[in-house]
Amino acid sequence: MTDTAASGVTQCFQLKSASVSMTALELYFFEESEFEQTLRDKINQAPGFFKDIPLIISLEKYEGLSSELDFFKIIGTCRRHNIHVIGVRGGNDDQRRLARGAALALLPGGSQRDRDISEPAVDATDSNASSVAAAPNKAQTGSPGHTEPGEPVPARIVSQPVRSGQQVYAPEGDLIILASVQAGAEVLAAGNVHVYGPLRGRALAGIHGAEHARVFCQSLEAELVSIAGHYKISEDLQDNGWKTAVQIQLKDDLLVVTPLDKG
Amino acid sequence: MGKTTTSASISTGLAKLGHKTVVIDFDVGLRNLDLIMNCERRVVYDFVNVIQGEASLNQALIKDKRVETLYILPASQTREKEALTKEGVEKVINELSERFDYIVCDSPAGIEHGALMALYYADEAIVVTNPEVSSVRDSDRILGILQSKSRRAEMGQDPVKEHLLLTRYNPDRVEKGEMLSVADVEEILAIPLLGVIPESQIVLNASNQGVPVILEEESDAGQAYEDAVARLLGEEREHRFMSSQKKGFFSRMFKGG
Repeated sequence: MTDTAASGVTQCFQLKSASVSMTALELYFFEESEFEQTLRDKINQAPGFFKDIPLIISLEKYEGLSSELDFFKIIGTCRRHNIHVIGVRGGNDDQRRLARGAALALLPGGSQRDRDISEPAVDATDSNASSVAAAPNKAQTGSPGHTEPGEPVPARIVSQPVRSGQQVYAPEGDLIILASVQAGAEVLAAGNVHVYGPLRGRALAGIHGAEHARVFCQSLEAELVSIAGHYKISEDLQDNGWKTAVQIQLKDDLLVVTPLDKG
Repeated sequence: MGKTTTSASISTGLAKLGHKTVVIDFDVGLRNLDLIMNCERRVVYDFVNVIQGEASLNQALIKDKRVETLYILPASQTREKEALTKEGVEKVINELSERFDYIVCDSPAGIEHGALMALYYADEAIVVTNPEVSSVRDSDRILGILQSKSRRAEMGQDPVKEHLLLTRYNPDRVEKGEMLSVADVEEILAIPLLGVIPESQIVLNASNQGVPVILEEESDAGQAYEDAVARLLGEEREHRFMSSQKKGFFSRMFKGG
């Protein structure tokens, strides 16, 4: 439901909150030729997936010198490969000033998974971090050990098929689909994704970085499965558990598919 | 795909059973419902004229010459499709609903403005699909739009009732694996099956001659549409024409194709 203007009055536009799942490039250091080579390799693995996608540069694990961080070169290289750099996440003041100079948007440091383990309490400086990671501090709902006292975040339950072109999003907890997720549809959750029907579209669990999130489905026919940003596309899913009931989880940064009937 | 053929046959079928029926062509700029209904020479005013207040409904409605209770509201050939506004369409549909039992909206292909206008006020939707992967995928998309962009969805009312109609079905080609089977399509789209229209030369001939297929009462396609109309009205009928019939020499001689 959208908040529409008073009837009869036509506004030029209206602002809506939007939550978009995006690809982040986690930069460790920057060296132009090596950057381009690595980028080319990644794109060759899944050419269609990278075409015209928005990209954010995550600086949380950046270890190089700030002075080596040439955003104009990064943008240019990505541009040549039809990838659009739209902003940076994290980074220190110097790095963020450089990013700003290159007309990039500044996103708050969103990766909670490193911090959450040591200090699960709400970080006060993060309270204004709302636009991209809608509820970063509740990302860990799937694991009982982390649940804060009080009510657990309710799962979002959908009983209709999710059709091609539709997107269903559970910004805080789990997402449970009691029907099929059709090819061309997308389901996203901060926690786990359950599909009690064929999963033919895309399923993204742990979109705020919860690495323990899992995807469960009655029949794996997905275009893409992603957990905490680690993804596999249809081609890589064919060999294991295709068209059967499976769960998918992240183990050592790899997506592992296991059949459901064998526990 | 068979949307206009289907609109023509379903509306004719409903009217034949005595229901007052009007069929509206939403395909502004590419009108062809009037061709299939064989009334293109009688078009004076059209849907857009009515919306813009240049003509009254009575002036624009064309009475079918074959079936007593059937009227056609033709699309405009010359206007922009943006001429169909939500308010305009609503006004016309409200006015029509006072006079008619059934309003059949013939949607253009795709998911653009015309299609959105055609489905916005729907209570029930017949999704016409061919037994091939791309067509089924498109139907899935339109089903999603029905459930999110229709007035019923926006108002939070009961969802639009969905029906699946499979056209150009050829059991022989299904057996050879060249087409999806009824079961395949039902499995993917997961909505109730209204009917299966066999692929047939008669469908082509009928549209070329401006006769809704359902009036070809001897043909299998005509009978399949008749079944579909009966099911739409709540009758239970067994599905026919879904398996290939081996034709004997004589039946081939005498019936042709």
